[in-house]
Amino acid sequence: MKTYQIPVSNTWWLKKKSYFFFVIREMTSLFVAGYCLFLLVFISKAAESQQAYTELLVSLKSPVSILLHLIFLAFILYHAITWFNLTPKIMVLHIGEEKIPDGLIAVSIYIGWLAVSLIILWIIFGG
Amino acid sequence: MASGRTYIWKRGISVSESIELEIFRYCPEKDAEPLFKSYQVPFREDWVVLDAINYIKDELDGTLSYRWSCRMGVCGSCGMMVNGEPKLTCSAFLRDYSSGKIRVEPLQGFPVLRDLVFQMDDFINKLTEVKPYILRNENGEKQVEEGEYLQSPAQLAKYKQYTLCINCMLCYSACPIYALDSEFVGPAAIALAQRYNMDSRDQGRKQRQEVIAGHEGIWQCTFVGECSVVCPKNVDPAAAIQRAKVSSTMDFFKGIITLGSKE
Ligand code: SF4
Ligand code: FES
Repeated sequence: MKTYQIPVSNTWWLKKKSYFFFVIREMTSLFVAGYCLFLLVFISKAAESQQAYTELLVSLKSPVSILLHLIFLAFILYHAITWFNLTPKIMVLHIGEEKIPDGLIAVSIYIGWLAVSLIILWIIFGG
Repeated sequence: MASGRTYIWKRGISVSESIELEIFRYCPEKDAEPLFKSYQVPFREDWVVLDAINYIKDELDGTLSYRWSCRMGVCGSCGMMVNGEPKLTCSAFLRDYSSGKIRVEPLQGFPVLRDLVFQMDDFINKLTEVKPYILRNENGEKQVEEGEYLQSPAQLAKYKQYTLCINCMLCYSACPIYALDSEFVGPAAIALAQRYNMDSRDQGRKQRQEVIAGHEGIWQCTFVGECSVVCPKNVDPAAAIQRAKVSSTMDFFKGIITLGSKE
C-alpha cells in the first residue's frame, strides 16, 4: 500500500524546548569526561615532580583557566542536577502498596550530594 | 446523516465565533506530496479538536479521513499532532488553543496512509513481539484443581501503572529515537513487557529479554523522557524503560558473579 513518510529534519532537536534541553544534557557528558581527563593530568603532574606541580598550579590561577573552570562548572552542574532530578524515575521503591514519592527520593540524593561535598571540603580545608 | 448532531452544533453559534483548522491532507491516489487545507469551524467552549474535525467531515468536506471511536480518552484511536504536539484529539479542547488557528497532522513518526490516518502495523507487531501475556516455566503451569494464582495488593501495585496503557501511540510520536530509527521497540511495548515482567504470576522475563535487551531494545533509549510527558494515562513508559535497564544491568553483574559456579 502506498504511504507517505513525513521526513525528519536534521534540526528536529531545535523544534521543541524539551528536545533542545535533552541534547544539551547529552552534550554536558563531554564536559564531565573532559574534566576527568584534566584530573588525570593533574595527578600525573603531581607525581612527576614538585616543579611540574607548582607550574600547573600557577597556570590554573590564570584568568583563562578560571573562566574555563566556570564554564565547566556550569555544564557539570547542569549534568548533575538534570540527572538527579531524573533518578526517581529509575529508582521506584514501594513500601507495601504505597510508592515512595519522587520528591523524597530526589531530596535524599541531594542530601547525599551535599554530605559528600562537605566531606571533601573538610578533607581539603579542615583536615 | 447525523441530523441530530448537526442541530447541536448549529444551535446558538454566531458566525464571528469561528476558529481555523489547518488540516494535513494526503490522498495516495492523487498526491505525491501532502498539503494543508484550511477550514473555518464554529468555536465552542465545550468542543474538543475531534468535535471540530467531525464538523468538517459532516458539514464541510466528507472526504476527510481520520480515526476515532470512544470520544472519551479510552480507545486510543484519535491521536494526532495538534499544533505540533501529540494529543488525543478527543481530550484537546479548542479553548486551550488561543492562537485562532489550529494545525492538525497525523501522528508523527508513522507512514501516512491517507489524511490523518497512519499505518500502525509496526506498533502492533512490536506489541506482540514482547509476549504481552502471562508466561509460565515449563511445568510451572498450575493445574485447574490447584486453584488460581494469588496476588497481593502490594504485588499488584508494582506494575498496575503499566496496565493503564490505551495503545494510543502518542509516546512513539514524541520519541525522537523512534523517528530516527523505527526498529526501536519503543516506549509502550517496553512498558507492556515490564508490566508482565513485574507481575508476580509471570515467569517469562527471560523470554522477553531477547527483544527488550536486544539491539533495538532498551539500550537505544537515551532517556529523552518526552514519551512520559505526552502519555495521557500516566503510564510513564520512560520510567519503565529505565527500570528495565537497571534489571538488565543487574543480570549482567549477576552473570559475572555466578559465572564460576555455573562452569
Ligand atoms: S504508554 Fe501512554 S502514550 Fe504510550 S501508547 Fe500507552 S497510553 Fe499511549
Ligand atoms: S476517541 Fe477514543 S481516545 Fe479519543
